Amino acid sequence: MAGEKRVVKLKIDNVRKTYNSRNGEVVALNGVSLDIFENEFVTVVGPSGCGKSTLLNIIAGLEKTTSGKVFCDDHEIKDTGTERGVVFQQYALFPWLTVKGNVKFGLNIQGMKAEEAERIAMKYIKMVDLEDFSDSYPKELSGGMKQRVAIARAYAANPSVLLMDEPFGALDAQTRTQLQEELLHTWEKEKKTCFFITHDVDEAIILGQRVIIMSARPGRIKEIVDINIPYPRSQETKITPEFLEAKNYIWSQVYKEYLEVRK
Amino acid sequence: MNWVIKIEANAALKKTDTKTKTRKIKASSWVEMVPSKLWVVISLLVAILFWTILSVIPNTSRSFPNIFLVSESVITMLQRGVFWKDIASSLTSVVAGFLIGFVISLPVAVLMAWYRPIRFIIEPWIQFVRNIPPLAYVPLVVISAGVGRTPQIIVITIATFLTMSITIYHGVRNIDPTLVKAARVLGAKDKDIFMKVIVPASLPFIMTAIRLGTAVGLTSLIAAESTGASAGLGMRIRALNNTFESAPMLLYIIVIGIVGLIFERLVKLLERRFTGWQEKRE
Repeated sequence: MAGEKRVVKLKIDNVRKTYNSRNGEVVALNGVSLDIFENEFVTVVGPSGCGKSTLLNIIAGLEKTTSGKVFCDDHEIKDTGTERGVVFQQYALFPWLTVKGNVKFGLNIQGMKAEEAERIAMKYIKMVDLEDFSDSYPKELSGGMKQRVAIARAYAANPSVLLMDEPFGALDAQTRTQLQEELLHTWEKEKKTCFFITHDVDEAIILGQRVIIMSARPGRIKEIVDINIPYPRSQETKITPEFLEAKNYIWSQVYKEYLEVRK
Repeated sequence: MNWVIKIEANAALKKTDTKTKTRKIKASSWVEMVPSKLWVVISLLVAILFWTILSVIPNTSRSFPNIFLVSESVITMLQRGVFWKDIASSLTSVVAGFLIGFVISLPVAVLMAWYRPIRFIIEPWIQFVRNIPPLAYVPLVVISAGVGRTPQIIVITIATFLTMSITIYHGVRNIDPTLVKAARVLGAKDKDIFMKVIVPASLPFIMTAIRLGTAVGLTSLIAAESTGASAGLGMRIRALNNTFESAPMLLYIIVIGIVGLIFERLVKLLERRFTGWQEKRE
């Protein structure tokens, strides 16, 4: 798709992460290396405990590596940065702020002028189709709407990398499908580098250009599968032979990992 | 753009959903048919009925003079010129003690939540003293602070501080860590996180602390006013005990209850104003 001149956006270089627990050292990640290209959509699947969230937190700058380094645009990541936005599974909306207040949060902190922040916030609230709810509080919204606000909030801060940690995991199947299509639509309109964690193989294939399969204990990259299905993709994509073939293959690999974890 | 239509369809579904729900509730039972204000009146009338029964039974009639005798005692106390003075004195002690307790509990709670050494040292003290009834340490307070307004305020300050600091501290500790993470990835520094996340996220717990604090302030009133106070609701009840005047005693007990209700109403107003955004509410 992007041809030859692909620029490495995120470089994950031999990352190891250990935690100290009562039962001694727990290795969450070991020897994880990966290059993610600019505007690429990468999805990550793997059993729980494979360290995928840890990896996301490290890229976000919310956690530090034990050894190894992570780079964004050739700069070593040592802290959070506004060029890397995050969408959390639990929405993480500020319940005391309205939809607009939530979307403006990052803009206000960056010291943007009020009218400018208002304009940008409304643009992204419109993008996720919530303009009728811009003055509503999160408690008045459904789960799907909350996650739309979280996506709008991440987009409004204008990051070049979007990190998503099972953002649709808590939603019902119908809303999830709907948000997947919305996300793809948005990504095609406003390209960003996306790093998307999920436990849903269908979701990983429908969204990603590459699917990273991780294995647990210790968390490491097991395999990377290229998904050569052209965009725009939609629900119809799910019945194409390419999709089904990828699904069968990835599912069998992931299932092996699940069995491994259960041992 | 077919998902736009889907959203609208969803929203429409939701609307009809809530409509049928409210209708169901309304038709479900006669309990819902009676307006809640009427329930308050009914509750009050039943209480007066019980009170009247108690005032007739020989064993309890001396503790529970009937409603007319108690109402009359308002005039007695007004004539003695103590009724308003007692209320004013008690309110002064409770409000002053509560405010001082609140102002101290805020920073202590935040420090306990943020710095573990401080938490490990201070929390056991608070938990320990909290279980001791204020009446027990009143004599010690009097030895150092003498008699008058000061010891009253000190006792109420201690009692309200203990309750409020623990409540606020638990609240600050239980703030959803993903909110802090979300703020950080949006560029918030420590100062922003404190002002724009910790403070607003703590507000519901601060409100709970205020509610508990005012209640504790009132319940420790009798203890506070046993420090040789010259006026006050608690002091007067003890004084009336010496002359076996049960009608004004019961009156004063009811007045304390009413003051408590008024405090609670005020806290509710504050809550509606500041924490109306909260998720779990009736």
